[in-house]
Amino acid sequence: MSAENTTRVYISRDSSALSMGAEKVASALKQGLNGQNVTIIRNGSRALYWLEPMIEVETPAGRVAYGPVKAKDVAGLIEQGLLEGNQDHPLCLGLTEEIPYLKKQQRLTFARAGIIDPVSLDDYRATEGYKGLEKALQMSAQAIVDEVKESGLRGRGGAAFPTGIKWQTVLGAEAEQKYIVCNADEGDSGTFADRLQMEADPFGLIEGMTIAGLAVGATQGYIYLREEYPHAHEILDEAIAIAEKNGYLGDNILQSGKAFHLEVRLGAKAYICGEETALLESLEGKRGMVRPKPPIPALVGLFGQPTVVNNVISLSSVSIILAKGADYYKDFGMGRSRGTMPFQLAGNLKYAGLVETAFGVTLKELLYDFGGGSLTGRPLRAVQAGGPLGTYLPESQWDVAMDYEEMAALGAVLGHGGVVAFDDTVDMSEQARFSMDFCVVESCGKCTPCRIGSTRGVEVIDKIRANQDRDNNIELLEQLCETMVDGSLCAMGGMTPFPVQSALKHFSEDFAK
Amino acid sequence: MNNSQARNQDIVVSAIAAHIEKHKNRPGPLLPILHDIQNDLGYIPDEAISEIASQLSLSRAEVHGVVSFYHHFSTKPRGRHIVEVCCAESCQAVGGRNLEKYAKEKLGLDWYQTTRDGEITLEPVYCLGNCACSPSVRVGKEMLGRVDNESFDELIDELTTVPLDIAPLEGR
Ligand SMILES: Cc1cc2nc3c(=O)[nH]c(=O)nc-3n(C[C@H](O)[C@H](O)[C@H](O)COP(=O)(O)O)c2cc1C
Ligand code: SF4
Ligand code: FES
Repeated sequence: MSAENTTRVYISRDSSALSMGAEKVASALKQGLNGQNVTIIRNGSRALYWLEPMIEVETPAGRVAYGPVKAKDVAGLIEQGLLEGNQDHPLCLGLTEEIPYLKKQQRLTFARAGIIDPVSLDDYRATEGYKGLEKALQMSAQAIVDEVKESGLRGRGGAAFPTGIKWQTVLGAEAEQKYIVCNADEGDSGTFADRLQMEADPFGLIEGMTIAGLAVGATQGYIYLREEYPHAHEILDEAIAIAEKNGYLGDNILQSGKAFHLEVRLGAKAYICGEETALLESLEGKRGMVRPKPPIPALVGLFGQPTVVNNVISLSSVSIILAKGADYYKDFGMGRSRGTMPFQLAGNLKYAGLVETAFGVTLKELLYDFGGGSLTGRPLRAVQAGGPLGTYLPESQWDVAMDYEEMAALGAVLGHGGVVAFDDTVDMSEQARFSMDFCVVESCGKCTPCRIGSTRGVEVIDKIRANQDRDNNIELLEQLCETMVDGSLCAMGGMTPFPVQSALKHFSEDFAK
Repeated sequence: MNNSQARNQDIVVSAIAAHIEKHKNRPGPLLPILHDIQNDLGYIPDEAISEIASQLSLSRAEVHGVVSFYHHFSTKPRGRHIVEVCCAESCQAVGGRNLEKYAKEKLGLDWYQTTRDGEITLEPVYCLGNCACSPSVRVGKEMLGRVDNESFDELIDELTTVPLDIAPLEGR
């Protein structure tokens, strides 16, 4: 089969697409197109998840999409001109790039998601891949750090700390060995951007980590990946092997004389191991107990050495920043929130998926213009933003512009960009109970307010829900929340009260049934 | 102990030794060792804890402390299939709580319990990163989205009617 005039057909290998039956569709395609001059490519996903499994066909006018496709639709699609990109079929979505949900986005970090074969180095290089590394290899370490500082990039894992400043500290530290650790624990419910990135564009992350290594003088990197992501694991391992074989990783990166080695390490189901110091303990083979700070990991990190810990999206964004320049990147966004943010629309929304756009989009736009309102058709009532430790926002707050400072002004967090919508059947006292219970299950146990406070929190909420001495117990719950906020060592205990307090404040009627 | 039990015991001991040997000279070897042992044997047997402790110069209590810290590791044998049901917020928002209840009823299990025939262990999980297709269930490498009672039934039927797999345990 000649590679040139073959028709390229795409069907995803992304976990969520697979969860909706993409593997069966791929088999049906293989069978139905057997003998024809066709190349079937297993891409990542565009993350328009309500349309998965989505088939795309390359045509002279661009890629044409069909979805959501079931295996039993495939024969009919082929019969009706799938390979020509025939647009008459009811499942045809037209040109992929023209689908409004995608067209309205500003995909920088996710520019390649769903477009390339994630484990094709050729595809990656054909889409400006490794441009950033090539530039970085011509620059001094300080110049790379300056570029990242200049971009205004703040950590996308949740705490929003300026990435360049963290790197400066590690660059300035004297040590035999330094490390780059990628936080791929993605424990926040309602988030999947890291997973998507690793499954759709693993080289983007690998390149970013390599650049980080050059910037701070680290020769070893680890990706701490949650065990819950077996597909991402497979794809990362595949991509790392390819990068090694082609001189992008190893002792002599692109003949520069510089070394960088990379390895994936698996977590073992512990939310707290997303917290950077617990993560480092876990990497060292210990219980994931949070370390007191100082010392900060940038100075005393993995195996006691200076260590950069950054989220998947932060590191992947570095590849773009180096390739396109800090100015290009920081032109997106507002105020002190520069660049783009991948918002993840989840829960009870009709069009759930990833929306990468400049900071400043309003929550309402995300919920309705992108999300299409509720999946169930009932009115939306509450939105939890920023993961399980994030506040619940009532409708009166949905005009908020999604940027770090605007959210903070509401007492809310952007976190890792998760947006989970609930319709009016939600019982907010039950959600508050869950938040406390999650903390019981996931606390590392180091400090009392978190470990014992959460257990007491569950008990008190149960009493409130059972209408036992309600007023006093609500007061007790409020005090308990304050104690946890003030007395916890890390944000697990320190922020668990956020969803609880916001539920009490904005949805008090649910505690009085 | 009869002959075949003794033989099985030998296999377990040598498997454990091999997994330890493979990783023990890497930095931070403990989690990779535990993962390999659990993938191979389905759980972390007592013998493994002693052997790891002596090979890595740790106390048994230290190794046990690590094993017990992580929800993923089990010190008891589990079912042939681990069915994980997502209990986190995005799934809750579209019927996840009903699915949790249904799964428990259908299998007659509470979390971390195993069906009497040793086929299925039911476990909770807090987010599978499949939140755009909630509610989610995972069985090994397989991820399922938009799971309702009916598709959960189908899944269980599929898992329990698959003919007995006699291939070696590798790669599970
Ligand atoms: C309880 C808890 C859980 C966290 N989970 C994650 C996580 O899953 N992924 C992540 O990148 N950061 C997580 N963080 C934030 C990390 O501690 C750290 O700030 C981050 O990895 C730094 O990378 P960044 O600056 O690139 O965001 C968590 C923090 C806390 C307190
Ligand atoms: S707040 Fe909770 S999770 Fe954080 S250190 Fe204290 S006990 Fe551990
Ligand atoms: S909350 Fe269930 S998959 Fe994310």
